[in-house]
Amino acid sequence: MHPFTYTRVSDTGEAVNAGHRGGRYIAGGTTLVDLMRETVEHPESLVDISGLPLREVTVTERGGLRIGALVTMAEAAAHPKVRTLYPVISEALELSASAQLRNMATVGGNIMQRTRCTYFRDVTAACNKREPGSGCAALHGFNRSHAILGTSESCVATHPSDAAVAFAALEAQVHLLGPGGGRRIPFADFLLRPGNTPDREQALRRGELITAVEIPALPRPLKSGYLKVRDRQSYEFALTSAAVALHLRGGLIREAKVAVGGVGTVPWKLPAVEQHLLGERPSESLWEAAAAKATAGTRPLEHNRFKVELLRRTVERQLRIVGGTK
Amino acid sequence: MSDELPQCEVSPPTGSSESSPAPSRRGFIATSTVLGGAVVAGGVIGGPSLLGPEEASAADALPSSRVSLTVNGTRRTVTVDNRTSLLDLLREHFGLTGSKKGCNAGACGACTVLVDGRRVNSCLTLAVRLEGVEVTTIEGLADGDQLHPLQQAFIDEDAFQCGYCTPGQILSGVGCIQEGHTGSPEEIREWMSGNICRCGCYVKIVRAVHSTAGRK
Repeated sequence: MHPFTYTRVSDTGEAVNAGHRGGRYIAGGTTLVDLMRETVEHPESLVDISGLPLREVTVTERGGLRIGALVTMAEAAAHPKVRTLYPVISEALELSASAQLRNMATVGGNIMQRTRCTYFRDVTAACNKREPGSGCAALHGFNRSHAILGTSESCVATHPSDAAVAFAALEAQVHLLGPGGGRRIPFADFLLRPGNTPDREQALRRGELITAVEIPALPRPLKSGYLKVRDRQSYEFALTSAAVALHLRGGLIREAKVAVGGVGTVPWKLPAVEQHLLGERPSESLWEAAAAKATAGTRPLEHNRFKVELLRRTVERQLRIVGGTK
Repeated sequence: MSDELPQCEVSPPTGSSESSPAPSRRGFIATSTVLGGAVVAGGVIGGPSLLGPEEASAADALPSSRVSLTVNGTRRTVTVDNRTSLLDLLREHFGLTGSKKGCNAGACGACTVLVDGRRVNSCLTLAVRLEGVEVTTIEGLADGDQLHPLQQAFIDEDAFQCGYCTPGQILSGVGCIQEGHTGSPEEIREWMSGNICRCGCYVKIVRAVHSTAGRK
């Protein structure tokens, strides 16, 4: 690990100033410390934001939910409002990492976490994300766990977060604070596809700090849940996953939110699946027909062809789990 | 012994704080290594952790911070290199070698301790961030000679073979019981999945956690 200076900040203005001067924010540290030890990350200065007052979960005036950036994954998952209004978020969080890591890691840090691509984590391998211009060892390497959606010639790494898939499905907003003040951006615009600049992963400006993730109000009752498919039953990253939220009225689907994980360079929203569900009555054939639209545009690599069919089945199964039949 | 430690600029190889009259295994190894190093005149046996005076002063120049925390009920103040993990602080500075270093990457759980009552991976916790916190390690779990109920249950259930993961399993189990995720063996398995046991003692570990939770 490279040496670094350490500063603890106690208010957001102080944090943003330190961040603008080039300091790197640290909250839970579960990704950052690990990558610093591997020398994938080597910040010169760490700014400890864990003392900032960003630890609340509140109901918004608009009827949504605002989750402070420093709420831990464990706290967010167990929060009664999150569990009752948006079980998809609780499930995505509790199917992530381990109990120890969820006690440390925060919601803001979770959506900032970096890919688990083994070539990214191996400093001797070519990786455009870690070292722009060095190439992508995964493209023609061992790419079983890599992405089939949103890839480029520069990068095929998946985004590892489960909670981010739930946030993408629910069309969350990310609250940011920078030297020029606060702003709010749609979750879909927050995480960036790799394109030619896979080293740039978030739409953050210099010094900007995540202060909260806001879930919009959705019609109730809203049934939702998260399904995660992986090589072992627990404590593993997703091969495929699906976040589904449905609102039914008069026996018909009036609102459908679907996003998938483990398959995209960013959490992947599926508007074609959502559109297919709207106005329809739940049925086995509806789930099957909607899930068939999940794999449009997939571009599998040498070792991850299986993900295309696994993705279709994951979406179909989760539509059935959340929507039931008849 | 004073509560205030002498400031540790570098990692002393033999727990400087927990000086014990009885010879320890770590102390023995460190001492015999130094003697061996003298015999082979600067051979490789000296190892990287035994810094000479020049190296120690070079380490002084590295960014370091002063931090005060409570470990197993004892208040400690140390100055540490900012890169020091809580695990290394416990093992190398305080001589509390019960917490184990397995993967050093948050993947195995052998380093699990309680920080302010919550189970965490001490290998991914930077020590400088722990100002004012309370840490509980396996050494602080028993009440004198009276083992913690989960420690006793691990013995009663024969829940280990090599024992390397056991301190982490027990601290994680204490956390799991406090969190209330012990309703069934399946639930315990899910909520204990952050602790890997290479000997494969999972059935008995789950039994130990389950029986201890049932007694509460």
